[in-house]
Amino acid sequence: MTMNMTSLLHIPTAFILAPLLLGIINRTKAFFAGRKGQPLLQAYYDIAKLLQKSAVYSRTTSWVFRAGPVASLAAVTTALLVVPVGGSAAPFHFSGDLIFLAYLLGVVRFFTVIAALDTGSPFEGMGASREVQFSVLAEPALLLSLAAMSLIGKIPAADSMLFQGFFASLSEIYARLTLAAWSHSGTVLLLAASAIMIVLLTENSRIPVDDPNTHLELTMIHEVMVLDHSGPDFAMILYAAALKLWIFCALLAGVLMPVRSGNFLLDTTTIIAGIFMIAIGIGVIESIMARLRLLRIPQLLSGAGVFALLAIVLVLKK
Amino acid sequence: MELWIDILIVLLILTNLKLMGSSRLSACIRVVALQGILLGILPLIAGHGQIPFRVMLLSAITIAVKGMVFPWLLLRALRTSNARREMEPFIGYSTSMLLSVGLIGLAIWMGGRLPLPVPLKSPLVVPLALFTIMTGLLAIISRRKAITQVLGYLVMENGIYAFGLTLAQKEPMLIELGTLLDVFMAVFVMGITIFHINREFDHIDTDLLTTLRD
Repeated sequence: MTMNMTSLLHIPTAFILAPLLLGIINRTKAFFAGRKGQPLLQAYYDIAKLLQKSAVYSRTTSWVFRAGPVASLAAVTTALLVVPVGGSAAPFHFSGDLIFLAYLLGVVRFFTVIAALDTGSPFEGMGASREVQFSVLAEPALLLSLAAMSLIGKIPAADSMLFQGFFASLSEIYARLTLAAWSHSGTVLLLAASAIMIVLLTENSRIPVDDPNTHLELTMIHEVMVLDHSGPDFAMILYAAALKLWIFCALLAGVLMPVRSGNFLLDTTTIIAGIFMIAIGIGVIESIMARLRLLRIPQLLSGAGVFALLAIVLVLKK
Repeated sequence: MELWIDILIVLLILTNLKLMGSSRLSACIRVVALQGILLGILPLIAGHGQIPFRVMLLSAITIAVKGMVFPWLLLRALRTSNARREMEPFIGYSTSMLLSVGLIGLAIWMGGRLPLPVPLKSPLVVPLALFTIMTGLLAIISRRKAITQVLGYLVMENGIYAFGLTLAQKEPMLIELGTLLDVFMAVFVMGITIFHINREFDHIDTDLLTTLRD
């Protein structure tokens, strides 16, 4: 395991800018709907307001319910440590950290689900069941597309110095996604990027899968699980969700923005600009698409898995 | 140039997957039409050096017949029947998609073992052809509606066409035109058959045809 001091700067950047993504998405949707929309910093206001309130706990809940939001936020923060921002390596990187990342996100999900189940409400249990069902399909798609990208840099023989062992770390994978990689195997990267995009929309409960705005519908997934949380707990959930969105946007922007100049400042600003553009893209998708029927969602997700598998097949064929 | 061939081939693979994954019959017909058009473009960028006039002509005819005439015939047949969706395929949509990915692997393995008379620009053309043939077969055996089976037949022919394409500059044009004419006749006849099946039985589910008595 190696540590990278300069890139520790990525962590406060993510902490500060993550809730802004929600504002950008909302503003884009408002623009499409012809409204003015909420302020860009609305998510910050919400979190600040929630932090000043006191939490209300139902008598049927136990310590699990209180531990849920804290554990989720802690796991997301840890996950942030291994996510590279474009070419500049993550603060921590080690062989196989993409599995570490996937399972940290799994831990987030586990604690959200277990806290939802702890309330004993059948409504929340239903949401938990859906969340878990979709993640079963989303997780392999994410891992496979990252695996496909990890195989890309393997082609030049001179790379063997850089490439030690079969499993590269996420930072190594992303460092190798240069413009040359795009011109060499652009199709693989496009397929992997579309798989990651679908996983992003699923994991962050965005529109074709889940509607973040619905509060009184039987079709909702993520919102239903956090209905009973209030005050600082809910603030933590909101913040953890924003950070999770940031992580996925960073993963996607790293693929779509092959800027690897070696200049830390230039690389980082390009990728952050890319992250904001992806947020705008999510807003556009939410504005022009309808929510899919619940039965169709597994099909969309297996489509993402097929994209990722296809990417692997293509990269192995080269 | 190689990137464009790759993109085209991946698009063709995706049309196959879309065919296996979608239940709406009109969407399936449009996907197969798109596949025909993409296949028409393929020889224009997959060839070596100067493109001969007859290859261009072949492309134009392919695009016209597969991209416009067939979809028109099939959409007309669809309008006369009252089927809009493939309701209960023998193999479900997600399963067929996963099966298709397995077939891609098989096609690549087989494609790597075939000796070819001429070197190809992309190593993926032969696997693509084999995969398309297999998808067509899968569509024929796993779907109930007569229209989807016609589509499967068309996709299979597309695969064979893609295979011949690798040799398009060596192969006499007469053969290509002959197969195209055959397929045209077949689709024409099948369109009429679908119409008649539908008029006799009020549906186009082919699995019930085995229970016929006269």
